Amino acid sequence: MKKFTKAFSVFMASALLATSLVGCGDAQSTGATGAAEGEAQAEGSAAGATFKIGAIGPLTGGAAAYGNAVCNAAELAVAEINAAGGINGYQVEYSKEDDELNAEKSVNAYNTLKDWGMQILVGSTTSACSIAVSEYTKADNMFQLTPSGSAEDCVKYDNVFRVCFSDPNQGIASAQYISDHNLATKVGIIYDSSDVYSNGIYQKFVQESEGKNYEVVSAEAFTQDNNTDFSVQLQKAKDAGADLVFLPIYYKDASLILTQANTMGYAPTFFGVDGMDGILSVENFDTALAEGVMLLTPFAADATDDLTVNFVKNYKEKYGDTPNQFAADAYDAVFILKQALESKNATPDMSTSDLCEALKSAMTEIEASGLTSTKMTWDASGEPNKEPKAVVIKDGAYVSAN
Amino acid sequence: MSKTKRDNLITYGIVILAFIIFQVLSATGNLSSHMKGLLVPMTYYAVIAVALNLCVGILGELSIGHCGFMCIGAFTSAFFSKVTEEVLPTAPRFIIAFIIGIAFAALFGFLIGIPVLRLKGDYLAIVTLAFGEIIKNVINAFYIGVDSHGLHFSMKNAMELNMEADGQIIVNGAMGITGTPHDSNFAIGIAVLLISLFVVLNLINSRDGRAIMAVRDNYIAAEASGINVTRYKMMAFTISAAIAGAAGVLFSHNITTLTASSQYFGYNASIMILVYVVLGGIGNIRGSVIAACILYLLPELLRGLNTYRMLIYSIVLIVMMIVNWSPKVIEWRKRTFGNLLKKSGKEMA
Repeated sequence: MKKFTKAFSVFMASALLATSLVGCGDAQSTGATGAAEGEAQAEGSAAGATFKIGAIGPLTGGAAAYGNAVCNAAELAVAEINAAGGINGYQVEYSKEDDELNAEKSVNAYNTLKDWGMQILVGSTTSACSIAVSEYTKADNMFQLTPSGSAEDCVKYDNVFRVCFSDPNQGIASAQYISDHNLATKVGIIYDSSDVYSNGIYQKFVQESEGKNYEVVSAEAFTQDNNTDFSVQLQKAKDAGADLVFLPIYYKDASLILTQANTMGYAPTFFGVDGMDGILSVENFDTALAEGVMLLTPFAADATDDLTVNFVKNYKEKYGDTPNQFAADAYDAVFILKQALESKNATPDMSTSDLCEALKSAMTEIEASGLTSTKMTWDASGEPNKEPKAVVIKDGAYVSAN
Repeated sequence: MSKTKRDNLITYGIVILAFIIFQVLSATGNLSSHMKGLLVPMTYYAVIAVALNLCVGILGELSIGHCGFMCIGAFTSAFFSKVTEEVLPTAPRFIIAFIIGIAFAALFGFLIGIPVLRLKGDYLAIVTLAFGEIIKNVINAFYIGVDSHGLHFSMKNAMELNMEADGQIIVNGAMGITGTPHDSNFAIGIAVLLISLFVVLNLINSRDGRAIMAVRDNYIAAEASGINVTRYKMMAFTISAAIAGAAGVLFSHNITTLTASSQYFGYNASIMILVYVVLGGIGNIRGSVIAACILYLLPELLRGLNTYRMLIYSIVLIVMMIVNWSPKVIEWRKRTFGNLLKKSGKEMA
C-alpha cells in the first residue's frame, strides 16, 4: 500500500510537472508563432501583407451554438474570400477566441486577439459581451462589426456597426407586421425576463402596441432558472382570450411552449422573432407542432436563392451542421467588411486606427447585399437599414409569408 | 520583530513587489495587452478571496454566497457612478462609489448575518447559498430610472416607470446597468487589495481576532470564558461582506456591462472563490491571494489550447489540491525535498 501511494504521488507530481510544462511549452510556442507572424508581417508589408480579422463568441458552455455559428461562418467567409483572391489582392488571416458568454472573458478574448495583431473585430456574438468589448475598441479606435449583438447600446460608439436588427427594431417591426396584416385582436406575450434580448424586444413591442388594432391582454415572464414548465403562462394567455401569442425568445424554449400548448389544446397563432429560427432542428421536437408559426427573421436556411443554397451547402460540408441566422449574420459581416475595405482601397499596412476611420466612412456609403438581406445600408449610428422578412412554417419548412 | 509581524510584512511585500514588476513590465512595453487586461480582475478576485478567507478560515463558517455581497457592492456603486457621472469629477465620485458599495454590502452582510449565524456548518452554508441567489434574483427584477422628477422605481417592467422623455433608465431588469464609467485600474485594485489585507491581518492579530478564532476553535469554551459569541461572529461576517463589496466596486467599474447573472454572481462563482480559498489554505490569507491570482490566470494563459483548456484547468486543480493537501504527499514532499534542503545546507556549510 505504501509503495502504491508512493508510486501514485510520484505519478501525480510528474503529471503536475508535465501539465505545467505543456502549459509553458504552449505559451512559448504561441509566443514563437506570434513572433514568427510578426516577422512574417514585417516581411509581408513589403511583399503583400494580410488583413487580420478576429471573431469572439461563446465557443463553450450553454450558448456555444451561437458562438460557434458566428465563428464558423466567419471562418468560412474568410476562406472563400482568400480562395477568390482576397481583399484588394491581400489575403485575410482569421482567428477566433472564446468568451464563455462572460463579458469579462470577452474583454480578455479581445486583448488576446489584439496581441495576435487583429485589425478588425467581427464580434462579440452576444449583446452584453459586445457592449463590454466596444468600450475597448473605442479606446483603441478599432473597427468593430458585431454580427449579432442586438441590444441598443451595442452600437453606442461611432466605431461599432452591426449586421442584425436591433432588439427594439424587432419589437417595432413585429408590432407593425401584426397590425398591418390584421393577424390578431388580442395578443398574449411570453418572454424571458432574465434575457437581455427577450426583454429588449418585449419592452419595445408593448410600447409600440399602443394605438394598434390589437390589444396586449397578457404578458407573462419566465427566467432561465424555470424554463421547463410553461403551462401557467399559456393558461393565462388562454384565459385572456389571446388569439396570437408573441414569443420574443430563443427557439429551445419556444419548442417547449409549442409542445405544451398542444397538450393543453390551445392553438393560437404563434409569432416569433429571429431567435425562433432553428426551431425545426430541435431534437425530439415534432415539427408538425410548429405548423403555422410565423417569425420575423432575416435568414431562412432553406431559401432557394443561389447565395443561401451555396452557403448552406458549404457550411454543412465543413461543419456538419445547418447554419442559423447567427451564422448568416457573421458570413455577411465578413463580406460587408470586404466591400467596405475595397470601396476605400484599404491596405493591411494601414494602422488599425486609420482602417477604422476608413471603414467608418465606407460603411455609410456602401450598399451591401448578402444572405440576410438583398439591400443593406447603414447610417453613422451603426444601425443597419434592411427590410425584415416574415416567414411562416408550412409542411416543416419556411415559406415566405408575404 | 515578531514572527506574525514579519509574516504580514512578507504578504504586503509580495503584493507590492508584484505591482512594481507588472508596472515596470508594462512601462517597458513587455506586457501583452491580454496580460494587462487580466491585472484588474486578478486584484478583485484576490480581494474577494481574502474576504471569504476571513469568513471561512478565521470565523470558521462556510459561506457559499459571497458573490451575493460582491453583487450588492457592484450594483449600488455602479448605480451611484452612473447617476453622478456628469455631476462629479472622477476621483471623488469613485471614492464615494467605494464607500457606498462597501456600506451597502456591509449592511446586507449584517442583516443576513442575523438569521444566518444562528446556524452552523452545512446548514449555514446552505442558507448563505440561498441568500446569494435571492440577492441575484431580486436585483434582476429591479427597474430604476431617473428623470427630472427624480427616481422612478418598478419591479414589473421598464414601461411601468412612467418616465419623462428626458428620463434615463439606470437599472433595466435583467439587462442590468450598462455604461458604468471605466474607473478601475491596476493601481487602485492593488491599493484596495493592500487595504483589505491590512484590515484582515490586523483583525486576526488583535484581541477581537483572537476572540473570533476562539469561537471557531471551541464555541463552548469561548462562550464559557465570557466571549460574546454572536457579537464576534457578526463582526467577522460583516467585515467579510464589506470587503466583498469592495471587490464588487472594482468589478463593476472595470466592465461596462453589469448584469446580475449566474456567471458573475451565482453560486458557481461563489464556489470558484471558495476554491481559491481552499487551495491557498483555509486561514492562510497570503495563500488565498496567490491562489486567486494563479487560478484566475491559468485558464486565460491556456487559451492557446482552445476547448482543452477547461479539461486541463480541472486536472491541474485536482493535482494541485492533492499535492498541496494530501497528508501522504506532504509527508513525501518533506521526505524528499527535506533531505535535499538538508544536503544543500550541509554543502553550503
